[in-house]
Amino acid sequence: MSTMIKYEEKDLKVVGTRPLRPDGVDKVTGRARFGADYSLPGQLIGKVLRSPHAHARIKSIDTSKAEALPGVKAVVTRDDFAEMPVEFALSGELTVNFHDVTRNMMAREKVYYDGHPVAAVAATSESIARKALGLIEVEYEVLPHVIDVLEAMKPDAPLLHEEQYTEGVTPRPDKPSNLAKRMVFSRGDVEAGFRQADVIIEREFNTKPVHQGYIEPQACLASYTEDGQADLWTASQGHFVIRSQCAKVLQMEVSKLRVMPTELGGGFGGKNNIYNEPLAIALSRKSHRPVKMVMTREEVFRATGPTSGANVRIKMGCTRDGRITAAHAELNFQAGAFPGSSVAMAAMCTFTRYDLEHARVVANDVTVNRPKVAAYRAPGAPIAVFGVESVIDEMAKKLGIDPIEFRLRNAAREGTQTYYGPKFGPIGYVQTLEQARAHPHYSAPLGPNQGRGVATGFWFNIGSETSSTINVNEDGTVTLMIGTVDVAGGSRAAMAMMVAEELGIDVDKVRPIIGDTSSMGFNFITAGSRGTFASGMACVAATRQAIDKLRQRVAQIREVPVEAVLWKDGHAVPAGGEAGQFAPMSLADVAKVAGRTGGTIAGHAEINAQGAGPGFGTHIVDVEVDKQTGLIKILRYTVVQDVGKAIHPAYVEGQLQGGAVQGIGWALNEEYVYGDDGVLQNPGFLDYRVPVASDVPFIDTVIVEVPNPNHPYGVRGCGEVPIIAPMAAIANAVENAIGIRLCEQPMSPPRVLKAIDDAAGAKA
Amino acid sequence: MAKILLSSNLTAYTGGQTQFELEVANVRQLFQALGERHPDLRPHLESSLAVAIDGEVYQDALLQPIAGDSEVLLFQKIAGG
Repeated sequence: MSTMIKYEEKDLKVVGTRPLRPDGVDKVTGRARFGADYSLPGQLIGKVLRSPHAHARIKSIDTSKAEALPGVKAVVTRDDFAEMPVEFALSGELTVNFHDVTRNMMAREKVYYDGHPVAAVAATSESIARKALGLIEVEYEVLPHVIDVLEAMKPDAPLLHEEQYTEGVTPRPDKPSNLAKRMVFSRGDVEAGFRQADVIIEREFNTKPVHQGYIEPQACLASYTEDGQADLWTASQGHFVIRSQCAKVLQMEVSKLRVMPTELGGGFGGKNNIYNEPLAIALSRKSHRPVKMVMTREEVFRATGPTSGANVRIKMGCTRDGRITAAHAELNFQAGAFPGSSVAMAAMCTFTRYDLEHARVVANDVTVNRPKVAAYRAPGAPIAVFGVESVIDEMAKKLGIDPIEFRLRNAAREGTQTYYGPKFGPIGYVQTLEQARAHPHYSAPLGPNQGRGVATGFWFNIGSETSSTINVNEDGTVTLMIGTVDVAGGSRAAMAMMVAEELGIDVDKVRPIIGDTSSMGFNFITAGSRGTFASGMACVAATRQAIDKLRQRVAQIREVPVEAVLWKDGHAVPAGGEAGQFAPMSLADVAKVAGRTGGTIAGHAEINAQGAGPGFGTHIVDVEVDKQTGLIKILRYTVVQDVGKAIHPAYVEGQLQGGAVQGIGWALNEEYVYGDDGVLQNPGFLDYRVPVASDVPFIDTVIVEVPNPNHPYGVRGCGEVPIIAPMAAIANAVENAIGIRLCEQPMSPPRVLKAIDDAAGAKA
Repeated sequence: MAKILLSSNLTAYTGGQTQFELEVANVRQLFQALGERHPDLRPHLESSLAVAIDGEVYQDALLQPIAGDSEVLLFQKIAGG
């Protein structure tokens, strides 16, 4: 049932405190078991043969020599997987098409990118598996390829999918195209809005694909038995969705596949989809042995989804007093080998921080010969916002208006009509801007070659299908089973805290665990900043059901009407008035006699959480630019964000800090580099540089709490907003420091030097 | 009758029409009615669209009631990373 539990303001004893996380000791002592830590007796090692070409037709695959190699127990290719019809399902921000999913996990007619799986082997050792890969003979017809999004949109570009006609345009095109889909989001009369403008700024921005950069490579272990049942251990953001997708592509009944979640070493949107999982199950089915598959870092880069690279054009106009009159954007996003990038989400985030009468966003989803993109933390939004917040900054500067003041004059508020759809309910954007302006960081002095930038971000947040169960143990402690994977952000602690708050007990009396797919109802992936919002709502609903049962049980034991029993501070107490008096019972008192008075007390909830509250953030960054080397140094960074309610403030701060650091990496260094042959040249952390501790200062955080009216504790969600603003904030700071506006990401030293040289050349 | 509004990105499937008045009691009936009127829209309704009923956003909520005087907006479904 669709569920909203409304917010109620109340005195809180547990929510808002900072207890230690229940998974903390395991993680700092090395006991925590991640995907690669699982093993079974007799297991084989699975490895994947990947395409060396960016685009080629597969003429033949001969696995006979590999199969004959001693130690090889199974080989699978396209012939081991059924053809799938066009069928869509939501996965992360992406609606996946199973016709494409089955081709992405194992190439069929063609390979579409360097690293595309062509065959998989299971052998008694990794060395034998690798040797077997070298014995598989694949005959390719190499085809022209296209990597760049604008090149791919040209009429004469190499075509990936002969059956792909651009969707969303009328009349239907008569030729296939790499432009898979066009969407136009608009409100008002944009041309009329530009006629009202005193200042118009138009700029073009380009960004490269970047990877989520999770430390743990994809890892799984599958065991398929002769009666058609299978167990799968995998590191993912949503084991129920992994089960659904594997069952679909392997044509299994869902109940016959049990998926156990492992600890997750980061996902950030990149672990919402299947890669090796169906291959491991298929290899296990064929070999009758468990099969373990762990990707190398090179495989992670070559074959799992990065986010899109993009070309973005922004045009905005405003009056002399800083009121935006019109905004137009064109977003051209690489989808990778198959359609379905995050461009629709990006389009809906592009201008959403502002109250605009006239706005239009044209969004193009374009297939190119790169790995199929996956979600990455606020999918697509940082790319669009890089452009918009840069142009906002430029307009403010041109008019001599403080950049925060400019944003405040145009800020979205409660009741603002968005250009993509609904009106906003209560939101905290203005509060984040005001608190940023009042923060000491914003008025601190700057030195030579130093500059300060501001930018803002918005994310919708979501709810979706969620289940939760609590069991009151015989000693009055509580076991809490949740089905949303703790993606390392500490959500288990947050869930336990909400349960403890509801029950009125200490949080250390609640032990949260993540249930497997056969132990509880369905849970959508941990994505969309939904974990603490939706799973928290399910936990509260389950706990309130258990409290109802506790009250009923006490009423029976004390022989009073249930209306006479109030649950307060961990005890059943008289409700007062005429209802009836009785000796109070603690949770432990009830639990102790539960088995003899009707059975154990439990509560469960299976909901489709609705009413997610949008999140907004404002970032301030100080940079110093070394004009000799082009190095941008981050001097100081402050994140101000409305999270609705911080259940565990320390873990919310961690989300804001982590998002900012990922955004800093995206801004300054990260990019996929392809050769002319379409082969990825930097598939490793030596050549693909993510930020390390010495690259960033302490990230200061300010938590704003404007409660979401549709959550019992006011939670909005906080994980995605903080990655949106950094790219633009840093570009604005660089402009403030050296007077040069950077429109290309990453803003790495060579690009900064080139921009400095170009500016000097232009002046000369 | 409920007032139905479509986000501008859906006009490609409705011949440009963005406003309807429909007698529907819940989201499932709304999707059914729209799918019958505009077959090109049908494949997108359940898999790709969210609704805002009188300002409250719902996703995958086929049984959510729609009152006779409600304003219902259809737009792209939201998710995240």
